[in-house]
Amino acid sequence: MTSALSIDKLRVAFDEFVALKDVSLEVKPGESFGLVGESGSGKSTLLRAVAGLAPVTGGKVEVNGKPLGAKRDKAFYRQVQMVFQDPYGSLHPRQTVDRLLLEPLDIHGFDDTERRIVRALDEVGLGSSFRFRYSHQLSGGQRQRVAIARALILEPSILLLDEPTSALDASVQAEVLNLLEQVRAARKLTFVMVSHDLAVVTHMCDRLMVMQHGREVELLSSADLAARKVNQDYTRSLLTASEGYRRSA
Amino acid sequence: MSTLLQVEDLRVSFPTRTGLVQAVRGVSFSLGKERLGIVGESGSGKSQTGRAIMGLTAEHAQITAKKLDFNGIDLLKVSTAERRAMRGKRIAMILQDPKYSLNPVMTIGRQIVEALRAHEPVGGAEARRRALEMLAAVQIRDPERVFNLYPHEVSGGMGQRAMIAMMLVAGPELLIADEPTSALDVTVQLEVLGILNRLVAERGMGLIFVSHDLRLVSSFCDRVIVMYAGRIVEELPASRLTEAEHPYTRGLLNCMPKIGADRHPLPVLDRKPEWAL
Ligand SMILES: Nc1ncnc2c1ncn2[C@@H]1O[C@H](COP(=O)(O)OP(=O)(O)OP(=O)(O)O)[C@@H](O)[C@H]1O
Ligand SMILES: Nc1ncnc2c1ncn2[C@@H]1O[C@H](COP(=O)(O)OP(=O)(O)OP(=O)(O)O)[C@@H](O)[C@H]1O
Ligand SMILES: [Mg+2]
Ligand SMILES: [Mg+2]
Repeated sequence: MTSALSIDKLRVAFDEFVALKDVSLEVKPGESFGLVGESGSGKSTLLRAVAGLAPVTGGKVEVNGKPLGAKRDKAFYRQVQMVFQDPYGSLHPRQTVDRLLLEPLDIHGFDDTERRIVRALDEVGLGSSFRFRYSHQLSGGQRQRVAIARALILEPSILLLDEPTSALDASVQAEVLNLLEQVRAARKLTFVMVSHDLAVVTHMCDRLMVMQHGREVELLSSADLAARKVNQDYTRSLLTASEGYRRSA
Repeated sequence: MSTLLQVEDLRVSFPTRTGLVQAVRGVSFSLGKERLGIVGESGSGKSQTGRAIMGLTAEHAQITAKKLDFNGIDLLKVSTAERRAMRGKRIAMILQDPKYSLNPVMTIGRQIVEALRAHEPVGGAEARRRALEMLAAVQIRDPERVFNLYPHEVSGGMGQRAMIAMMLVAGPELLIADEPTSALDVTVQLEVLGILNRLVAERGMGLIFVSHDLRLVSSFCDRVIVMYAGRIVEELPASRLTEAEHPYTRGLLNCMPKIGADRHPLPVLDRKPEWAL
């Protein structure tokens, strides 16, 4: 079976600083794949490189069996969409929800925009009363739903999610995670999801990669992580740290 | 324990076209040299409570309180100039959105240096040394490189730590940390909490720790305040957060995914109108 996403020895460098050092991974169609690891280890850079937003200096990326060149074309963005790490910065505050959703449809020349916008809002659980609000009038959770609706509206087959819930409180996080699982099942989507919350990653993903210093530390299944069947000390330290702060009395 | 901050019946509201938005509706608490956690859902008024103490509420908002006292200083009466002098030096706040709060056209290092020199007459070399030291303290792996980067060139978690470094460099007596570790991986998160903890234990700093991570708050803080719709609905010792009684707090605890648990879909909150009364 062709992988939905195939990354082979991907390298990204910002001037002399190498942020991603020959990372490889395969994600099957319909799979949900997680990326966890140290802050600054290159997780966002990996997603951004796939989306054509980081300076790739080596390696190969294939989407649904097709190698990607240096530039991403329109057809690529119909297949692959990204939800960015920072929900405050990623949506233009002075645009209405309607405009934000219309823009990608316009760019890709869709004509049934009305039906698609209504459906997208409905899908993320935002009623029509939100359609003409400005994004700065929305709470963090509502904004993140708009960002997800915007990514879904072009009906991509692959969704790259960068910390989609780290800025949300527990109750809104649960709603957004349920929403993501539901659309993934309904549309047979493939996810690559970054999160520093191991509970969120094991809840959402089948397999995951642990990263540190721009490299893979290890690749394992969520079930093995939950059962503490891990091989690397760094992964073990993440698991221990997940238990919370330890008062040294 | 001596009291650092006293808040009594704090109210913050915003006049808008569609009427008055009451963001904070009568919040009271006091803080000593301790770690006080504030949890509560998005929009419940956590940040606005912190901003009011810090003097960062939007101009057009209305603030009232029966008491807003910091070390004997009436924060509602101090002049704008005195406020400015206190901010950063005596009371500091780590704002929720680091990427928004950092200056996009100034390097990380310069921002920390300026934060320090605004409050202490230190020379350039000394300021640079202290800024690098602070970056290393917040576990930035290569302080020299990061010192010269602009905010858009650092990762989410590095921006957040730069913000923390900036707020700690002047050594405040009271620190309001609004979601200070939400973008950090768990091991770095604990290291940053260790720094905050030492400042409380060794220097007697007071800490208000706003977070939506209940597990973290219950393991790190001494006391927790739970907010809902602009009010405090519950206050309890942090270590007993799991024994919370308010259905909102219980609901929050229940909707978090847990490693090894297999709950699809996750339970969500069934909000009751009477919680907001
Ligand atoms: N535009 C840029 N210029 C220079 N360096 C950059 C740039 N973008 C990213 N980097 C560097 O690449 C490294 C990896 O960053 P990245 O954002 O991928 O980390 P991350 O794993 O997503 O971390 P976090 O969990 O904190 O979000 C960092 O050291 C960062 O400083
Ligand atoms: N400038 C403003 N005009 C009108 N309403 C505002 C303004 N700023 C904040 N609010 C409202 O005040 C309420 C409290 O906001 P606050 O930022 O304190 O929430 P929070 O508890 O920090 O939430 P989060 O977890 O999302 O950060 C919200 O309902 C918000 O919409
Ligand atoms: Mg990142
Ligand atoms: Mg807030």
